[in-house]
Amino acid sequence: MSDGSTTGAAEAVATEPVKRTPAVTGKLKLMSRATYVKEGVLATVFFLSAFVAVLGVALIFLFVGWKALPIVTSVGFGEFIGGLEWAPTDGSFGILPLIVGSFIVTLGALAIGTPLAVGTAVFLSEIASPKVRAVVRPAVEMLAGVPSVVYGFFGIVMLRPIIAEFSGGMGFGAVTAWLILAIMIVPTIAALSEDALRSVSPGVKEASYAMGATTWQTIYKVVVPAAKIGIIDAIILGMGRAIGETMAVVMVAGNAAVIPRTVFEPLSTLTSQIVMDMPYSTGDHRTALFGMAVILFAISMFLVAAVRIVSRFGSRS
Amino acid sequence: MTETPITTHADEATESKCVVRGLDFYYGDFQALTDIDVDIKKGAITAFIGPSGCGKSTFLRCINRMNDLIPDTRVEGTMLIDGQDIYSPGVDPVDLRRRVGMIFQQPNPFPQSIYDNVAYGPRLQGIRRKSELDGIVEESLRRANLWKEAKDILGKNGLALSGGQQQRLCIARVLAVQPVVLLMDEPCSAIDPTSVQKIEDLMAEIKDDVTIIIVTHNMQQAARVSDWTAFFLQELAGEPAVLVEYDRTSELFTAPRDKRTEDYITGRFG
Repeated sequence: MSDGSTTGAAEAVATEPVKRTPAVTGKLKLMSRATYVKEGVLATVFFLSAFVAVLGVALIFLFVGWKALPIVTSVGFGEFIGGLEWAPTDGSFGILPLIVGSFIVTLGALAIGTPLAVGTAVFLSEIASPKVRAVVRPAVEMLAGVPSVVYGFFGIVMLRPIIAEFSGGMGFGAVTAWLILAIMIVPTIAALSEDALRSVSPGVKEASYAMGATTWQTIYKVVVPAAKIGIIDAIILGMGRAIGETMAVVMVAGNAAVIPRTVFEPLSTLTSQIVMDMPYSTGDHRTALFGMAVILFAISMFLVAAVRIVSRFGSRS
Repeated sequence: MTETPITTHADEATESKCVVRGLDFYYGDFQALTDIDVDIKKGAITAFIGPSGCGKSTFLRCINRMNDLIPDTRVEGTMLIDGQDIYSPGVDPVDLRRRVGMIFQQPNPFPQSIYDNVAYGPRLQGIRRKSELDGIVEESLRRANLWKEAKDILGKNGLALSGGQQQRLCIARVLAVQPVVLLMDEPCSAIDPTSVQKIEDLMAEIKDDVTIIIVTHNMQQAARVSDWTAFFLQELAGEPAVLVEYDRTSELFTAPRDKRTEDYITGRFG
């Protein structure tokens, strides 16, 4: 049937020129009411989706802030964030050791994880053959799907004994947390950095090769700088994961709310302390946990701003 | 290594920069070029013309081995530059590309400052002294007819320039490494007429130092700027392209020897 119709059309073309008329003629139509309403509804729906996200952040911040407020009046702001002793059952609510712990754990994990992740991204986008990439990329992505409690187990069972052997201690502490968190943030940073590297225009790479640059020079001097903004965003997201990670940290950090003298000694972070104390806390203790959440929020914002400022400063030179 | 100079048939008086004999090119199983013989003259501008897909860009990219970057490609035959076979085993394509520069159809400055763009090549070669780099940057931008427009905004991102200015920036960037051959792959097809004029002017100014080969779709441009012209043609889809005719531009455009060349330049096909 289709054959017949095709032949017929072909013959028609052969015998006489087909008259083509413009598809749309006559007076311009007015936009129908239905179209008008539909466009309006869609715009509202998208606005609401975005608004809900913003509203969620605002509500959480307000709720936590409101619940935290009493700690400032009962303990005092300076004593709360500057106090060296965290002994809530004895009425000491100094969270400085926990703030320091969060900084140590996050920055260390970033210092180890970022080079690893960016290196992985460069390998995947610039060096690996399609076949190798087809194996390595899903493997890296799978790291993101492993539950954090499994990372914690891995840390306790595999890493802790090795580190204990090496340091002579128990093996619970910053180093163990760094290594576990570094592995956990690699997939986030690597996947987003790879996207950024891949979006660098092929013409720019070609230009670099045509100038007599080697592969390494092209990556280091052209591709990575061109993808820098995307890589910075990737690092920020990785950092968000590191600072917020709770379960794996509780399992390997040792959970002593003191400022550790070495990186092999137990320490505690804001998140791990909140999750450990929340079930039994009451009164000022509970209020203090909300206060810690506010501080955590503030540190997060501060680190994001810091990374942005550092990257802007770096790009000027 | 082949060092024997091959005698040229076209014009004994002019020295050849690049001598090609029996060159075949393959993309995997598909043969794109067959049996190309050509002598590119030193200190002259040679234009490659021909319909789309006729292999002229492919051939151009053989001259600085850019096709090496495309997996599964293969070259057979001889290509000599200054008497050295660039495809002989062990030749470093990176070193070759420092001598044979290339300009692409789409201007492709690095997303860096104008200064850093031009200083890129010299820095790769290990030049670090600020005064020396300043000198190279100024001279290269002058030769690329961009100095007047760029001298007060050297710190600005190269991508902030107009398309035509970007293309001249790319030319300055290539000239900064002092290539002996400059390949231009349709350099003027994506830019404004004023910049085209400036690029054609600078080509005439630098051709004594740099042998230029330009691929162009614009036959007026080929006739205007080039001293020699090569006409490429792929006669049947799936068949490799051939070099139909190569001659002085004045000859080729006024008295083509081959019927196919005549048909093309008089606009009968392509």
